[in-house]
Amino acid sequence: MPDCQRLTTDGLQALLDALRARGYRVIGPTLHDQAIVYDDIHTLDDLPAGWTDEQEAGHYRLTRRRDAALFGYAVGPHSWKRFLHPPVQRLWRARHEDDEIIVVAEPAEATRVALLGVRACELHAIAIQDRVLLGGDYRDGHYQARRRDNFIVAVNCAEAGGTCFCASMDTGPQAQHGFDLVLTELVGDGEHRFLVEAGTPEGREVLAELPASPASDAEIAAAEALLAATAASMGREMAAGDVRELLLANLEHPRWDDVASRCLTCGNCTMVCPTCFCTSEADSSDLTGTETSRSRHWDSCFTMDFSYLHGGSVRASGRARYRQWMTHKLATWHDQFGTSGCVGCGRCITWCPVGIDITEEVRAIRETRDGAPT
Amino acid sequence: MANRRATPRLAVWKFASCDGCQLTLLDCEDEFLGLAGAVEIAYFPEATRGQLRGRYDLSLVEGSITTPHDAERIREVRRRSAHLVTIGACATAGGIQGLRNFADVREYAAVVYARPDYIATLATSTPIADHVSVDFELRGCPIAKHQLLEVITAFLAGRRPVTPAHSVCLDCKLRGNVCVMVAHGTPCLGPVTHAGCGALCPAYHRGCYGCYGPQETPNTVSLDPALEALGMDARDRRRVYRTFNAGAPAFREESDRHDP
Repeated sequence: MPDCQRLTTDGLQALLDALRARGYRVIGPTLHDQAIVYDDIHTLDDLPAGWTDEQEAGHYRLTRRRDAALFGYAVGPHSWKRFLHPPVQRLWRARHEDDEIIVVAEPAEATRVALLGVRACELHAIAIQDRVLLGGDYRDGHYQARRRDNFIVAVNCAEAGGTCFCASMDTGPQAQHGFDLVLTELVGDGEHRFLVEAGTPEGREVLAELPASPASDAEIAAAEALLAATAASMGREMAAGDVRELLLANLEHPRWDDVASRCLTCGNCTMVCPTCFCTSEADSSDLTGTETSRSRHWDSCFTMDFSYLHGGSVRASGRARYRQWMTHKLATWHDQFGTSGCVGCGRCITWCPVGIDITEEVRAIRETRDGAPT
Repeated sequence: MANRRATPRLAVWKFASCDGCQLTLLDCEDEFLGLAGAVEIAYFPEATRGQLRGRYDLSLVEGSITTPHDAERIREVRRRSAHLVTIGACATAGGIQGLRNFADVREYAAVVYARPDYIATLATSTPIADHVSVDFELRGCPIAKHQLLEVITAFLAGRRPVTPAHSVCLDCKLRGNVCVMVAHGTPCLGPVTHAGCGALCPAYHRGCYGCYGPQETPNTVSLDPALEALGMDARDRRRVYRTFNAGAPAFREESDRHDP
């Protein structure tokens, strides 16, 4: 960790102030409705000090920590796509005036947003959405505008959640790139401090404005030990190396029927997934028929409408829909976008009301595939 | 598509119901004047003194069929209507009065009325679509105002109304609600229930009561052990599906599974 600095909690408040002074709206983890969700942060008091979460398949509870750590929990139900690729986005409006139809495109909203507390898996998820929404020939102007002016403060995970498996997916727990600043929180030894490193010129500029001092070798060693311990205590794991080949070779595996019997087709997994990007568009008009607008909203491959073509839904069964989701996420995503679509954050496991576990589904197929011992 | 040269004639019909869905139309307030300009409200006993006469371009039908007289009357409404849209859980699933379908209605009548022989009622409460062809069903108990306006504007524009049939969960997530089931341990019918309310109850930390009936592909059998694990015994799990949409097939089958 070269150029590693240390900040006190006052120093972290100074970071918030510096970002706000630069015109950033700061969004980060807050306590709301018994969960940790992303919302506006004004002072350190807005952060969930002393809270952690207990996560299992279909289960999430907040509990108190013994210390006052500000980032001592895993990811919650929200992801940054709520702000970068929002649930509802108007695309255009049209007005019928005299004999003319006037179409007005919705201007792209360019906001200066600082994201505070972005985890390594989430940095990967943002990079994936960048590739999907900006990487091809057709760029999403709204996403582009929202991504243009971001300042990302990443946080290295000091502990793994019960459904985390970023170590398997090679996406964490340490933030490697895609941030302006990265923090590692140290709460031991009666001292509360943050090791901080810059990842970009703007990050260095901001860091230079803060009351930071060089981190000691002991502190750097402590941070490294913490990350090693996090990597070793993942709640879940998935052998990801050959999962693409495994799934594509087992498209008729009986496990798809088994998971379909449990799947609610409610779509929660796709909504909480930080990389799921699918939307549908809908028009709304007024009673007089003089004004109309088109909006897009998050949609899910678990709905019937999503695959509706002339005459019916292509993926009418729950089996077809679950298989589509999982094989796209873990297999054909590689073909389409060059990486896995899964970052191992565990949200789909935690927030499935009946606790369907993507790592368990992969394991079940692996263990009972043709030629595998039964 | 509605004939845009003449103002379309709208009728609102009531069958066995509480009037709540019709009142949604009056509840439109700001939009109501616009509506009154866009359509001729030709028959709406709740709001006007108009007489039943002629034909209607759009009929909104509230309520279920519970009497021999109504079973005849709905045929007359169908004959007079170019488009017939049923509104609310009574009209689309038989309503709360559909609980009679699980019991003996003669027994009820004998207990309630001094002269049950004066009561001409059917043994069942059934949705309108069981009796006549229906062009569109709008779910909910009561229906949502914005969805009713959407159905009417879509009819006027000659397009399909946008009233998604997916789960309430999707609306919860769009709204940013924290899942009451996963994070609070509150039993919730959201995963098996049709969207439309905007995920109202979970936004106020309550589980979904299933007011909009089953979603397009409900898996109640899979949800069942989760509801049980959150403290609902078999009686509760039967009763939770026997409310406003007790007669909707997916909810009826699920409640029947828990019959003692």
